[in-house]
Amino acid sequence: MTLLDLPVTAHRGDPAAAASYWDTDPLCYLDRHGAPVEGGLRPAPHLLAADRLLAVYRALRLARAFDTEATALVMQGHLAVYPSSRGQEACQVAAALSLQPQDWLFPTYRDTAALAVRGIDPADALTLLRGSWHCGYDPKQWRTAPQCTPLATQAPHAVGLALAAKLSGDPVVALCLLGDGATSEGDFHEACNSAAVYQAPVVFFVQNNQYAISVPLRKQTHALSLAHKAIGYGMPGVRVDGNDVIALMHVLGEAMERARSGGGPTLIEAVTYRIRPHTNADDAARYRDAGEVELWLGRDPVERLAKYLTATGRLDGGLDAAIAEEGAKYAAAMRDQLTDEPAVDPADLFEHVFATPTPQLRAQRAMVEAEADAREAGERR
Amino acid sequence: MTVAAEARQSTATVTFAKALNQALADAMAADDKVLVFGEDVAELGGVFRVTDGLAARFGESRCFDTPLAEASILGTAIGMAMYGYRPVVEMQFDAFAYPAFEQLVSHLAKMRNRTRGALPMPVVIRIPYGGGIGGVEHHSDSSEAYVAHTPGIQVVTPATVDDAYWLLRSAIASPDPVVFFEPKRLYWSKARLTLPVTTGPIGTAVVRRPGRDVTLIAYGQSVPIALETAEHAREYGYDLEVVDLRSLVPFDDATVAASVERTGRAVVVHEAAGFAGFGAEVAARISERCFYRLEAPVLRVTGLDIPYPPPKLEHWHLPSVDRVLDAVERAMSA
Repeated sequence: MTLLDLPVTAHRGDPAAAASYWDTDPLCYLDRHGAPVEGGLRPAPHLLAADRLLAVYRALRLARAFDTEATALVMQGHLAVYPSSRGQEACQVAAALSLQPQDWLFPTYRDTAALAVRGIDPADALTLLRGSWHCGYDPKQWRTAPQCTPLATQAPHAVGLALAAKLSGDPVVALCLLGDGATSEGDFHEACNSAAVYQAPVVFFVQNNQYAISVPLRKQTHALSLAHKAIGYGMPGVRVDGNDVIALMHVLGEAMERARSGGGPTLIEAVTYRIRPHTNADDAARYRDAGEVELWLGRDPVERLAKYLTATGRLDGGLDAAIAEEGAKYAAAMRDQLTDEPAVDPADLFEHVFATPTPQLRAQRAMVEAEADAREAGERR
Repeated sequence: MTVAAEARQSTATVTFAKALNQALADAMAADDKVLVFGEDVAELGGVFRVTDGLAARFGESRCFDTPLAEASILGTAIGMAMYGYRPVVEMQFDAFAYPAFEQLVSHLAKMRNRTRGALPMPVVIRIPYGGGIGGVEHHSDSSEAYVAHTPGIQVVTPATVDDAYWLLRSAIASPDPVVFFEPKRLYWSKARLTLPVTTGPIGTAVVRRPGRDVTLIAYGQSVPIALETAEHAREYGYDLEVVDLRSLVPFDDATVAASVERTGRAVVVHEAAGFAGFGAEVAARISERCFYRLEAPVLRVTGLDIPYPPPKLEHWHLPSVDRVLDAVERAMSA
């Protein structure tokens, strides 16, 4: 049995059950060729319905188009930096599509594709990485926290929001996205521990893409797997194939529903791979060899679902071309929005430091505005 | 920043700690979005009893104990504020608040700005601070300068029972985060508290004692030292003015500058180490505004530039009446 998502109390006092229960093989539904695995997960029927799977496939294509276009835009200088999620699209899509409208997402800087799948306009989603402001969307409108840069520091926020929703009696779940490196941070530990104590409706979804910039997972942890860390917190832990979108939808769906129905938090480790360097400024050739990347290119999450859909008669060349065309249009619209120099206003620097600016900030604002006027008049550099 | 005054009237002689406790209870009664949590705050009522009785009165969903994890306490408060609550968290001692520093600097201070006002952070962090209580290592720090240096955070520290009550009510009502430094040595000081009371909004300093010769600028538990110094100075023929800053951020330049314009001399008093301390900011602001009126250099009487000493040695570290009087002498003879 590879399913690691039973309540942790189920194996207490039973070492044999615990041994099989915490199996480190990732759960999957499809193999890398897109064929159902014998003895693999058995997803709920609604996850395998044709319209649902095609919606998931469209989202995968959109995420890939988004990532490809953003990578091109950063190379051309239209973004300040771009941390690519290529190869992790199944995680990005499953995270965004597992949310109900009232649920909150707590993303990192590498999860911009998930924001796009949630429906946030790409130009707004990329505001942080474009450098025109720190967050370009309204977090309340999208129930999506600002993308978090300091690792794992958003995890306690997810716990707090989940606890607030629980106290309010609202059926809201907080989904916290993390990377493998973040699991070494103190805030990750504190958040998992607190979430379990409060039985807060939060799901910790770790995309283990094998590297924290250059540092491989073996230098990050001595644990058998990241999912094993759940044992110490008294919460269910699940290790799932992060390139198998159906398995991810299944595992995330179960964890979200358990949280929603009062069953507390879950830790999910999705085993995936960061195909591109950490960001455009990184040189991955310094710390990993091309053969490893080739291996993972062969496990591509978008192709995997395409093969399954084709083999089961739900996708043909015509439909695939039409979906590719949707992606191309999305990317072209992105390019149109993001190639112009963004408008910025120095007055914004002072507008939201406090609800009411202090006298000192009012004085500094006047100084900057006078400088801007002088610059416009050609009297200042 | 206004707080609706309760109709109920009461007068009692209370401790500083009780005034804080009353402010928490009144704020929780006035707004069910106000929550109190931290280490030992529920059943025990806090190690200084500032949260005494709140869990019993309002229930453990509104006043609760947390795991012993300060970053998580503050991070949880941030998440709750995102959902519309007004958390008031307790850090048990000054030096135990440091694990929460990243949450304070990287998120609490920046969330409103980052989201263009969409996610305001009405969070209060209560921190008992300062020495002079015989505490062993890590129980006597004055960490206000670390916080005051962070744009986006208001920093408040009361010195009187009235301000303990009112500034805490104001902090809880504020739409922006407040680090509320509670001077430990004053917890057991007593005064009559008549409610409702209004002292002044956050961002205003107050002249505690008018005088002609030198302005003593103090905050927290240095205010009683400054007032005592002013009494002793009369023996030497000096008439000292005492300004209680009470709000370090926002800083009340107007009240401080007006006082120094009157006296022409200023001495800043605080317990924290002097080097790059808050007094340096005060001295610089006075120099920028009052330079041509100054009769003497702005002086500082602060803690020494040493790690906080053990209890048997702490009296050498803390600003004393005599050390402040020496500074007054120097200012008067300049």
